[in-house]
Amino acid sequence: MATGVFSDGRASIQEKTLRTDKWWLQPAVTFGVLLAFVIYSTFRAFEKQYYWAEPLISPFYSPCLSTACVEGASHFGQPIGNIVIGGFLLSPAFFILIVPLGFRLTCYYYRKAYYRSFWMSPPACAVAEPHKKYTGETRAPLILQNGHRWFFYLGLILNVILTYDAIIAFKNPEGEWGHMSVGTLVLTLNATLLWLYSLSCHTCRHTIGGRLKHFSAHPYRYKAWTWVSKLNSRHPMYAWISLIGVAFTDFYVRLVASGTIENYYFF
Amino acid sequence: MSRNFKFRIWRGDAKGGDFKETQVEVNEGEVVLDVIHRVQATQMSDLAVRWNCKAGKCGSCSMEINGKPRLACMTRMSTFEEGETVTVTPLRAFPVIRDLVTDVSFNYKKAMEVPAFEPPADLKPGEYRMEQVDVERSQEFRKCIECFLCQDTCHVIRDHEENKESFAGPRFFIRMAELDMHPLDQIKNRKEMAQEQHGLGMCNITKCCTEVCPEHIKITDNAIIPMKERVVDVKYDPIRWLGSKIRKREGI
Repeated sequence: MATGVFSDGRASIQEKTLRTDKWWLQPAVTFGVLLAFVIYSTFRAFEKQYYWAEPLISPFYSPCLSTACVEGASHFGQPIGNIVIGGFLLSPAFFILIVPLGFRLTCYYYRKAYYRSFWMSPPACAVAEPHKKYTGETRAPLILQNGHRWFFYLGLILNVILTYDAIIAFKNPEGEWGHMSVGTLVLTLNATLLWLYSLSCHTCRHTIGGRLKHFSAHPYRYKAWTWVSKLNSRHPMYAWISLIGVAFTDFYVRLVASGTIENYYFF
Repeated sequence: MSRNFKFRIWRGDAKGGDFKETQVEVNEGEVVLDVIHRVQATQMSDLAVRWNCKAGKCGSCSMEINGKPRLACMTRMSTFEEGETVTVTPLRAFPVIRDLVTDVSFNYKKAMEVPAFEPPADLKPGEYRMEQVDVERSQEFRKCIECFLCQDTCHVIRDHEENKESFAGPRFFIRMAELDMHPLDQIKNRKEMAQEQHGLGMCNITKCCTEVCPEHIKITDNAIIPMKERVVDVKYDPIRWLGSKIRKREGI
């Protein structure tokens, strides 16, 4: 039976869309960039090396909590030990990546991005989707998108740790404070972008004051809400640049740790 | 200076129809609705089109122009290249009545399902006192002109006729948000109603409603997502739920 724009009673038009602009371009670019990130991060998670070049640690492996971590990389101990599944030693990155992965997967902006580009639901506005049925986020597994705030809270903890890593990067390889390298800039920029992404999040906006009915009774929370609202209007931009930033930071640390380049010190 | 354009206008009714092509002269400063009126006056005298204010404030002339849900009175002809074919169809999410006119009564039915504002019992009309910061969030949603372009573009019902029963659509999510954010509204379970009766969970926030809104209401960011977060507060966040039960701080 015909459904959607071809349903009985609606204007009988053959085309699924009559849009004449390049509506496919944005989902195609989104698909390409997200896929590239998934491939790169998966490769790095399985690589299990080149993530620590004192004092720099890759954000994919921080905090490094398992006994499989290389010496010096575990700033917060190794409470997890080694976990072997089917003879395969789990990478230390697996324990960490679940948090940013969950945070970005359930993020209101990324949901739009991947529902459009990967699931084509819809591929673009007023372009018919290919699926016969649609239940949205009302049942498993997509009902789990409602857990975004838990990943937000965990992500804040991770941001604190990555900020700590950026501060540690003001040391030199001998452990002396007061030095600064290209790696220091890269890690500091990465932590800053991640804070901007987290603080501009819709859940943050709600938590800080959006849930209130009476702004006038909570003037400080209202003020904070207006600040977060300003950041929130740029949330998609922070989502992209922080994603690219975290991949670039890991790539830089990999280059230094593998000996491909030297971490240049300004002082 | 006038230019010539080729227009493809869908003509027909619920039984069927097709595109009719015509060449039409377009003058400087005109909008699509002006051109449709010229076609109606000179070539297709029985062309059905709904319109009223010609100023983007009544929401009557909603249609799809080159596949995009738009107000015909706010779509300037200068945005098209000379020689470009302009395709005009009725809204494709609703049943067609004739030519460019659709039956949007689905929206009026959904409007009646949203409980009205309920003021405190001890306040009479004229006694409401609120500060501006308390009402300005809701005021954004009052800009809605009920053109139903957001409803038309929403894929939940546009691409799935069967969802019309259980899904109210973005226009009514902003209505629910407006009331739930109102400091004096006494109905406490609007969040639950939005999720369970009006299908808020079916929205996958792909933001098409925001993209087409001629009043530039940030439907997704300022209404739907805040409502989804409020639903999480009461349905999917046990800590918040427990806190609200212990401290009895509903409607803070």
